[in-house]
Amino acid sequence: MNGASKPYGVLAEFTTAASIMHAAEKVRDAGYTRWDVFTPFPVHGMDRAMGLKNSKVGWFSFFGGVAGYTTGMLMIWFMNALDYPILVGGKPMFSPFSAFPPSYELTILFGAFGALGGMLFLNRLPRLHHPLLKNRRFALVTHDRFFLVIECSDPKYSEKDTVKLLEEAGSRHIEVVEE
Amino acid sequence: MAEKATPTLTPPPVPRELERVPLVLNQRGFGWISDRVTAITEGSAPFWWWAAFIPSVLLLGLLGFMLAYQITTGVGVWGNMHPVMWGWDIINFVWWIGIGHAGTLISAILFLLRQRWRTGVNRAAEAMTIFAVMCAGIYPALHVGRVWFDWWLFPFPNSNGPIWPQFRSPLMWDVFAVSTYFTVSVLFWYMGLIPDLAVMRDRAKTKLRQFLYGLFALGWTGSNRHWSNYEKAYLLLAGLSTPLVLSVHSIVSLDFSVSQLPGWHTTIFPPYFVAGAIFSGFGMVLTLLIPLRKICRLEEIITMRHIDVMCKVTLATGSIVGYAYAMEFFVAWYSGSAAEQFHFMNRALGPYQWGWLPMIICNVVVPQLFWFKWFRSNLWAVFIISIIVNVGMWFERFVIIVIGLHRDFLPSNWGYFKPTWVDVCTYLGTFGLFFTLFLLFVRFLPMVAISEVKGVTPQADPHHPLGGAGHVERIPDDNEGATSV
Repeated sequence: MNGASKPYGVLAEFTTAASIMHAAEKVRDAGYTRWDVFTPFPVHGMDRAMGLKNSKVGWFSFFGGVAGYTTGMLMIWFMNALDYPILVGGKPMFSPFSAFPPSYELTILFGAFGALGGMLFLNRLPRLHHPLLKNRRFALVTHDRFFLVIECSDPKYSEKDTVKLLEEAGSRHIEVVEE
Repeated sequence: MAEKATPTLTPPPVPRELERVPLVLNQRGFGWISDRVTAITEGSAPFWWWAAFIPSVLLLGLLGFMLAYQITTGVGVWGNMHPVMWGWDIINFVWWIGIGHAGTLISAILFLLRQRWRTGVNRAAEAMTIFAVMCAGIYPALHVGRVWFDWWLFPFPNSNGPIWPQFRSPLMWDVFAVSTYFTVSVLFWYMGLIPDLAVMRDRAKTKLRQFLYGLFALGWTGSNRHWSNYEKAYLLLAGLSTPLVLSVHSIVSLDFSVSQLPGWHTTIFPPYFVAGAIFSGFGMVLTLLIPLRKICRLEEIITMRHIDVMCKVTLATGSIVGYAYAMEFFVAWYSGSAAEQFHFMNRALGPYQWGWLPMIICNVVVPQLFWFKWFRSNLWAVFIISIIVNVGMWFERFVIIVIGLHRDFLPSNWGYFKPTWVDVCTYLGTFGLFFTLFLLFVRFLPMVAISEVKGVTPQADPHHPLGGAGHVERIPDDNEGATSV
């Protein structure tokens, strides 16, 4: 991109899991809100260092599971007992016991879709364009580097202070990323 | 790592016997893991890959031919004949689906049990699961006879009444169990792949690779806000897959045990089938990974400790299977049922004794060698035993299905089953499908979960000296937790 495009945020590079975590604690304590940490693998304890709350994916999965079980039971009751009842071996038209195995499987199926779909929804993925993905240096995030990015849209953002904070946090490579 | 080498913390010395064996040997760095795992997917395909791939594709062609022949001619080309109406098709269905179970056990159950060694093998094992279930799925689809009516198995609205599937039959439960198993396994596998596809995207040299890996990586950046949701979703999928994998082979076993047939009508079947499935699945994981770790130079990621642990799981599940065999005989005697007693005597001493003996030798006797460390640490021994395990498990399904069916209550209804060349060639063909898909997986996708392996190295732990702990002035003491953002 050319120099006229507007900045997206400040990118700071770290080399160890501990250094990025302490930097995250500093940024959290400084009161920034629109910032993020990028790591090649989930760093244990980072959620707390960033002040993140528990993920809400569980709710998606839970409601998926409830929907699956209900769908299974209602579907089997409708098909075998209401819409087209056929007597087989003198068994009841509908029994929660024989309907349980398929409903159980549907519980898991819908719950799994809820977990994956919820994760993608909460993360706003798929996202095939991201300012950071154009940055050459940032490609190392999937290799062995750790990055901390504070966005310009953060109310506390000022280029000078933000860069200073990240320098104090121990980063040895800081750059401004274009939109 | 040690840019400011002034450690303020000196960890207390750990006694040698309590030291943790590292999961990745030789203290390899993060970048090394990426480089080593993706090496096989980059550059031109090595000779061994083609040498394995071409025969696999030929076998796949054989499968295609056999399927076309069976569909156009009818399932009469199989050896299935009254009274043995379930033959090699159902044997192979149960065999393949059982093999799949180890993948889910490794990816889900061992995750919940916090067995961190699973990260080295889970990706390949999950791929194995998916491809094995695909092989398994072919058989019931063909067994119905008229393949073009397979969609009747699913509850679609239709113009025939509408007539719906009959959910009081365990065969319908099986449809739901196997299709759910396949779908959830694919979801779980794919979700694990997303961060690694991002690794592949960021390493890609060509435009096509950048585009394709980028497309399937869904724009993954490694953001911690994303990881937070991702890890929760991963945990949930593991939690959901655990009851799933236990239910799938249980439901497969209900296909048998809900019937009235001596030898099938037993309550021991669900746990016994699940144990056997995991047993055979670990056999297949070992068969696949022992050559692969050598050829792809992954010995430092899939270490001898991994092999050792998997041998122990094989030993444990094999012993459960042996216990189940013994218990079947005991229950037959203890029940006082003449038909049941006859069935088990017929198993051991009847015309199919040649099927029962290899089952006992391969599944009960041979795995006991894993009690000895020499056998667990000798790769040739492990490789051979892992193949023997799967031969034995094939015979187990043969014993259950064919011996179960060939002599029931009425002697005038007895018969003797023989497979035809079509049975044999179709079975060989499924190996073609399996190995073709597996080799494509090895060549184009990271066969070790890169980000997960990075996460279990000591330098990934911010509280470990190798992770940089002690190199900064301020030791975190204010972890009082979540201030909302």
